[in-house]
Amino acid sequence: MTTESTQYIAPDQNDPAVRKGQEDRLREVWKPPTGWFFRWTDVNNNRIGVWYTLTAFGFMLFAGVLALIMRTQLAVPNNDLVTANTFNQLFTLHGSMMMFLFAVPMFEAVSIILLPQLLGARDLPFPRLSGFGYWSFLIGGVFVSGSIFFDAAPDGGWFMYPPLTTRTDLSGLGADIWMLGLSFIEVSSVAAAVELIVGVLKCRPPGMRLNLMPLYAWYILVVAVMILFAFPPLIAGDVLFEMERLLNWPFFNAEKGGDPLLWQHLFWIFGHPEVYIVFLPSIALFAMLIPTFAQRHLLGYPWIVLAAVGTAFLSFGLWVHHMFTTGLPKISLAFFAAASEAVAIPTGVQIFVFIATLWAGNVKKSTPLLYASGSLAVFVIGGLTGVMVAVAPFDWQAHDTYFIVAHLHYVLIGGTLLPLFAGLYYYWPLVTGKKLSDKLGRIAFWIMFVGMNLTFFPMHLSGLLGMPRRVFTYPEELGIGGLNLASTAGSYMFAAGVLIVCIDLALSPRRPKAPRNPWNAGTLEWLALPDDEDWGIRSVPLIESRYPIWDQKNFVQKVDEGRFFLPDAEEMRRESIITTVLDARPLQVIRLGTPSVKPMMTAVALAGVFILTTYHLYIWSAVSGVATLACVLWWLWTGTAEIPEKPTKHIGHGIEVPLYTSGPSAPGWWAMFITMMADATAFSGLVFGYFFFWTIHNDFPPSGTGLNGPGVFWPMVALALTLTGWAATVGAREVHRRGNVGAGRALLVVGIVATLSSLFAGLAGPWYSGLDPELHVYPAIVWTLAIWTAVHAAIGVIMQAYTFARSLAGKMTPVYDADLRNITVYHHFLALTGIVTFCTIGLFPGVA
Amino acid sequence: MTEPKSDRKHWARDLKVTLWTLIVPPTIWAVHFLFCYLWVAVTCAKSPTPGTALTGFPLATLIATIVALLGIVAAGYIARVQSETPGDPAPHEQGTAIDRLRFLALSTRLLAGLSFVAVIFTALPVIMFGDCR
Repeated sequence: MTTESTQYIAPDQNDPAVRKGQEDRLREVWKPPTGWFFRWTDVNNNRIGVWYTLTAFGFMLFAGVLALIMRTQLAVPNNDLVTANTFNQLFTLHGSMMMFLFAVPMFEAVSIILLPQLLGARDLPFPRLSGFGYWSFLIGGVFVSGSIFFDAAPDGGWFMYPPLTTRTDLSGLGADIWMLGLSFIEVSSVAAAVELIVGVLKCRPPGMRLNLMPLYAWYILVVAVMILFAFPPLIAGDVLFEMERLLNWPFFNAEKGGDPLLWQHLFWIFGHPEVYIVFLPSIALFAMLIPTFAQRHLLGYPWIVLAAVGTAFLSFGLWVHHMFTTGLPKISLAFFAAASEAVAIPTGVQIFVFIATLWAGNVKKSTPLLYASGSLAVFVIGGLTGVMVAVAPFDWQAHDTYFIVAHLHYVLIGGTLLPLFAGLYYYWPLVTGKKLSDKLGRIAFWIMFVGMNLTFFPMHLSGLLGMPRRVFTYPEELGIGGLNLASTAGSYMFAAGVLIVCIDLALSPRRPKAPRNPWNAGTLEWLALPDDEDWGIRSVPLIESRYPIWDQKNFVQKVDEGRFFLPDAEEMRRESIITTVLDARPLQVIRLGTPSVKPMMTAVALAGVFILTTYHLYIWSAVSGVATLACVLWWLWTGTAEIPEKPTKHIGHGIEVPLYTSGPSAPGWWAMFITMMADATAFSGLVFGYFFFWTIHNDFPPSGTGLNGPGVFWPMVALALTLTGWAATVGAREVHRRGNVGAGRALLVVGIVATLSSLFAGLAGPWYSGLDPELHVYPAIVWTLAIWTAVHAAIGVIMQAYTFARSLAGKMTPVYDADLRNITVYHHFLALTGIVTFCTIGLFPGVA
Repeated sequence: MTEPKSDRKHWARDLKVTLWTLIVPPTIWAVHFLFCYLWVAVTCAKSPTPGTALTGFPLATLIATIVALLGIVAAGYIARVQSETPGDPAPHEQGTAIDRLRFLALSTRLLAGLSFVAVIFTALPVIMFGDCR
């Protein structure tokens, strides 16, 4: 930050004409694209977020209808409404859609809408990435859910246990659709997580130190970090799974040294944190609405942070409680039972904080609060049965019965669905400017609340009486007909409640606008006007309180009159302020991405890779892969790391900040770092696989034709070349930074040659030693690690070449060197990947 | 950060507080958890019979638990000193450097408490189970 501003004359915000000029410019800059096609190329968070939310809501209704068909089938004993095969598809798709197409995307969707508003930012740091995420989600979601109309839906249960699902004679195309379609969506989830983390850490308004951040942002930060560590193991599992299905590499095939339990580990390392990934953002909505309706600050702010961070950590130590009946040693089960009991502590803390706030406040009864309190009651029941099934001996009795179905639905409906309805009633005025009907909302709540309990409470009993999960019918003699009929009646009642909510939403366009900030809330998002402007916020405020609208004098007026920061768009660019992580001091003004067709095209091309692979159209899939790469390069070349027309910009109040930064203060650097954390986590899933196989075999690596390899020589050559490529890249960054552009370019060329050579040397080991991946799991996992590293080396080469080209094209200079700094982060991770891979496959067999 | 002259100095107040220090206690829990789990998982997977005794594991757990608890207590102690940094009045929710420090320190302290309990939870099974069955 510099204060050199001798010639600069600040605009006079007292002059209405000046303000009008600023508003006109902002309006023009943030104008959405028009036209029947181009309107869909918008990237503004207020539109992408709404599309995302509506799409996820649509998938929820679809998956709900699937559940109704199931309940109808189970209403009476020996029913034959649907066949067993259809029933398998129904429950698999119901669970998969609710998890992957509703719960997680809904959190991302809501965050895309709310986060910039909560943080007083004009948009998230990478609006085009939001667009890309949305289109990926839409295409992948339609692909997966549409499969049921072709009798091709996945049918192996939402956790897809092998060998049922990996044997192509037992599971058809559905398993591939699940793996590839949902992998595609997982990629978009990780993309959203990257954006949300950078958003929370770097895009807060000046003055919003960590202790003033809205709790919703804390939760989002925690959950997005959880996604980074939870989703990649599943992506690693998906890679192994598809290698087995498509190429016959026997990772989960016990006859050839594989082990189906590896899948269970990888799935549940994802699957249990997932429960908290969908629970925490929903409970985060409470942290916003409870203070509003208690009309006081939330009590115990640090306690909520404790709860969120504590839950996030502990949730990664729970996964084996889904595997209590797999025959693992009892002492292992006990570790996970202990962590499962411990996680009840932070979960309980949050609930007590909310109760205490309501107790201490002056409660205003309202529909959102009704949903919130009802959902807490439901969630507590689910939590208590969770404590029961966390005790291994009880779980052995309840495992795979309807008791579990009851437990998980209490948790998910109380912990995710009903809180989202609370959020819907609370935030609808923010999005549309109109309130929903309190009357219809209350009626819907009570119908859903009673219906939900009528559906799922009897399931505890039918489960204890012996009804297993996932049966398409049951005999009359079991004596559970009455309980099932009650469940079915309850499910229709619940659906009626959801229908009333839908009717309420449909009536909304006919209702009059509500006043601004209709609930008299204290947090930033309620600055939004009923007739929303697309610019996000008129001027970026200086924050001095957790509830600035309540506590800061004339706050709303000052924001509206542009008296805070960045009240103008003089250069006709979309801009937002980047601040420091801890204390939110202004660092930079970034230029944001504008509406573009590129994110959509990239999503379509990438969808081609996944969808065409499902149908074994490998050539076309490869063509799609090349198209994806071309789209990404085009997108980056034309839209990122642009050298600004002037080095700095005044944002008001005598503060002048750069328009370009590189290295750790820049959002792009953080995005690269965070993405690579996720990538490294996926890689560690594969390495875990290698050592997992080592533990279960006494002769690992085995010996025999096609099993001996890859030797020490080639892996060590590859390692040396990888490290040379890394050193050259780091060297290029350093000499380039000091102004020696020629030497920087030369080192980049050295880096390209070394990294490219490492790619071939890495594959040479398994290739020349003749390792046959179809023969046994050892060659298969060695090949997998080698290929993973080779693919990463290839991407590293593309990055080096890209940076070299940017330098030649004059788009990168020693001062403006974000590209080079960002790819260096990638190469740090590539070097780490190389070290682990080549030491494991080359040296470990010698010491095993 | 400016402190009134009358306030006592403390070495723990000179340590830098960041988002990374916030997660030190639960990270210690995670390392301790992984240590216990991996020891058992590898030993038992490699053992020829389920009855194999986990020789040395109780002692290793005891040492690991003591080390982990000491680490958590140290983090908690530092956080406690920092969370009592004198300055602004309660409830410490102002936009000042001291309140930000107090907030992060108090959160760290609370996490240390949770991690302390969780580490003890993890260590308890070793009292009841001594082999791979």
